[in-house]
Amino acid sequence: MAESHGGAKGPAAGAHTEADGGHHGGGFPPFESSTFASQLVSLAIFFVVLYVIVSKLALPRIGGAIEARQNKIEGDLAEAQKLKDQSDAALKAYESELASARTRAQAIGNESRDKANAQAEAERKTLEEQLAAKLAGAEKTIASTRATAMSNVRGIAADAAGQIVQRLTGVVPDAAAVNAAVDASLKG
Amino acid sequence: MKIDPIHQFNIEPLFTLGHIGNHTIAFTNSSLYMLVAVAIISILMLASGTQLVPGRLQSVAEISYEFVASTIRSTAGAEGMKFFPLIFSLFMFICVSNLVGIIPYTFTVSSHLIVTAALALLVFFTVLIYGVYKNGLKFFKIFIPHGVPGYILPLVMFIEVLSFFLRPVSHSVRLFANMLAGHIALKVFAGFVAMLGFSLGAIGWVGGVLPLALTVALTSLELLVAFLQAYVFAILTCIYLNDAIHPGH
Repeated sequence: MAESHGGAKGPAAGAHTEADGGHHGGGFPPFESSTFASQLVSLAIFFVVLYVIVSKLALPRIGGAIEARQNKIEGDLAEAQKLKDQSDAALKAYESELASARTRAQAIGNESRDKANAQAEAERKTLEEQLAAKLAGAEKTIASTRATAMSNVRGIAADAAGQIVQRLTGVVPDAAAVNAAVDASLKG
Repeated sequence: MKIDPIHQFNIEPLFTLGHIGNHTIAFTNSSLYMLVAVAIISILMLASGTQLVPGRLQSVAEISYEFVASTIRSTAGAEGMKFFPLIFSLFMFICVSNLVGIIPYTFTVSSHLIVTAALALLVFFTVLIYGVYKNGLKFFKIFIPHGVPGYILPLVMFIEVLSFFLRPVSHSVRLFANMLAGHIALKVFAGFVAMLGFSLGAIGWVGGVLPLALTVALTSLELLVAFLQAYVFAILTCIYLNDAIHPGH
């Protein structure tokens, strides 16, 4: 069986069979030793041809295709990662820009509000001062007017009192006495 | 009508190539189907495109490439990739010739013990020569398992040596016997269909349904066996080569 060509080094050298191809026909084909030499020679030829084709052409070809695909996929993934990083950076820049713009807008708003407030305050102050000045003048006028009026009131009161006394008593009262009495009653 | 399930294994010389000693070297039907297998593998591996997005043929080529490569890596490690062309050739040659052999009226190359024995011996001597070349005498440590008590070591060594030298026998007979038995069974059941139909008339036609169904079922089983035996042959080759690459158990 398998030992009939023991020591044969692989199919390439395995073209020896011990048994002669004497008994052909009628037997069990796999054990017909007369066919062994032919099978071994053709197996050696075709397996060596197959081995050469596979090792020199087929495997480098298919392996190259698989490797090229692997490299392409890895390259594409790296590219995608790079683009994603770029877009992340752009988003971050946009957000920081937006934040700084927002703070700047707030600062400008605060500044202009403060300025407006200060201006309004200043205007209010000057207006108040003017009003206060006018008020003071008016008060002074009122005071002088009142003093005049009060002195007039005394003269009128003295005249009225002298005439009342004359009417009642028929005597013209002493002017000094009337004045003193009016003063006393004004004070009282 | 006589069923001859053995007839399909006959070697028919097609033309004579020459003589070696007193042996006639002929181009036989077996040679023809070896050529067919080599041609199919070459077309598959060389005519398929190398596109970025593979087509159907290229997918098959790439799947067989990846399948054999991952089998080697998982059993013999990265160093085993040195033998990738050899194991790929063995696997594809056996697988394609087995699958072609299922087609009716074809010949199955691996149903002959001489062919499977030659392939198994090729693996055996590759392991032996590479193992000694790479590891020197340390290679023979594969016969001395670790942690075996001294007093039974001679017995264990004897068994290990015996099993090592019986490897090509089991390696070749497994493939040969599977293909032979499968094809005989297929032929017998398919023969029943014809025999019933020809001998019993209408009853036979009805009665032939059962063996016909069995033939269909057996054919699908043989498809599985054809692939599986090629895979078993390849993975055993990997395991044996692993011994040569890493002789420490």
